[in-house]
Amino acid sequence: MITLRNVHKSFGSQKVLDGLDLHIPAGKITAIIGPSGEGKSVLLKHLIGLLQPDSGSVEVDGESIINLRRSELNRIREKFGMLFQNVALFDSMTVYENVAFPLEEKTSLSKDAIRGKVTAALEDVGLKNTGHKYPDELSGGMKKRVGLARAVVPNPKIILFDEPTTGLDPIIKRAIHQLIKDTHAKFGFTAVIVSHEIPEIFDVAQHVAVLFRGKILEYGTPEEIQESAHPAIRQFISGSLDGPIQMA
Amino acid sequence: MVQALGHITVEVMRDLGRCGWFLLYSTYMIFRRPGSLVHVLKQIRFIGTKSLFVIVLTAAFTGMVLGLQGYYTLTKFGSEGMLGTAVALSLIRELGPVLAALMVTGRAGSAITAEIGIMRITEQIDALETMALDPFKYLVTPKFIAAMISLPLLCAIFDVIGIYGGWLVGVKLLGVNPGAYFYEMEKSVVWRDVYSGFVKSFSFGVIIAWIGCYKGYYAGHGAEGVSKATTESVVLTSVIILVWDYFLTSVLL
Repeated sequence: MITLRNVHKSFGSQKVLDGLDLHIPAGKITAIIGPSGEGKSVLLKHLIGLLQPDSGSVEVDGESIINLRRSELNRIREKFGMLFQNVALFDSMTVYENVAFPLEEKTSLSKDAIRGKVTAALEDVGLKNTGHKYPDELSGGMKKRVGLARAVVPNPKIILFDEPTTGLDPIIKRAIHQLIKDTHAKFGFTAVIVSHEIPEIFDVAQHVAVLFRGKILEYGTPEEIQESAHPAIRQFISGSLDGPIQMA
Repeated sequence: MVQALGHITVEVMRDLGRCGWFLLYSTYMIFRRPGSLVHVLKQIRFIGTKSLFVIVLTAAFTGMVLGLQGYYTLTKFGSEGMLGTAVALSLIRELGPVLAALMVTGRAGSAITAEIGIMRITEQIDALETMALDPFKYLVTPKFIAAMISLPLLCAIFDVIGIYGGWLVGVKLLGVNPGAYFYEMEKSVVWRDVYSGFVKSFSFGVIIAWIGCYKGYYAGHGAEGVSKATTESVVLTSVIILVWDYFLTSVLL
């Protein structure tokens, strides 16, 4: 479904992706884990063309998304939804307007049909009566859920989640993870989740890729990753201070 | 040293190229995807209607000062009857378009940069792109269209209020003949004067939207980045307006 081959990306003298290869299978939840500052969000932005690699290829459904014209790139982006790390809700719009926005702009649905879809999406994320509120009136967890509703409502084939539970308490974290699993089961999209949440993410994802020093260190099922003998992966999972991962 | 100079030159050239491209692409988008009427009307309200108070205030006092200074100068030649002409031509040809543009730059240009800059650093612009929507259609072209419509109208209001400000001081306070004030004005002001003022204010509208949107769109990181972009936007817009005013005046004179 999404394939990255030998992807390199640097910002100035800082090399972030260094010959990265990754295949993300269709219809599954794939988690990308790894230490902070290793370029997980950068990798995610390459999948949707928000960043272009210095070299290498990124293909979505067999089509390269490198150096496309804006209209071509937008045609491919129609397949995507994205939940940003900081949610990126439009702060001058209400919750309802935020969720309705992609439908109003990209579909020819009637106002009633849009209202029905938005109401259902807000109900799915447990925010039935918050449509009139503005993003700055919501808690962090509520914002994430609105972001999830906005990402899901156009029914995309692929949804990218950039640290969907960072900064939330354990109960809200679990609720968000459960919500991702439930919506995935309901809609069957391909999900890519960038996450630090160890070990919770192993219950959510069907495949896990570990990003370390610009490359995918290991890729496999959650069980395979948890049983990995690689010292960096062992250190990351255990949260130990001793090992190949050094704090910057 | 040479390397640093080369680096700065490359950066400046890249910034200039990007700035030029931004104007060209915005112009293209105005014809291709001008944005919804609602977005444009909202921006006209923000850039135009909400600037009315400051424009009226500035225009009134500018006209009054012109009335005072003009009277002081013209009485030396016994030509105080020409006060209306002096006030009107100064306002219509020069001060109306320039001062209105500078006021709108301070009030709306800075806000445009801050709004788009905050949307940039909070990834709202990225969110639009991931939805396969062109941010220019929502954020840039409505502001361009609104500024191009609002500035000539604000300029016209500035001119009228300024002329009455001059009338208040010249006629009501200093005793200039009211008939002479308006009659001489009517005789001297020709369509070309009015036209040149409108051409100026239209182009100033483009400059305000262009630099305001550009600086916000490429704002740096965090609150400091937005603050720097906003300051740069106001300073650069004001300078470009004054420089462009000189060139336009030399062409339209």
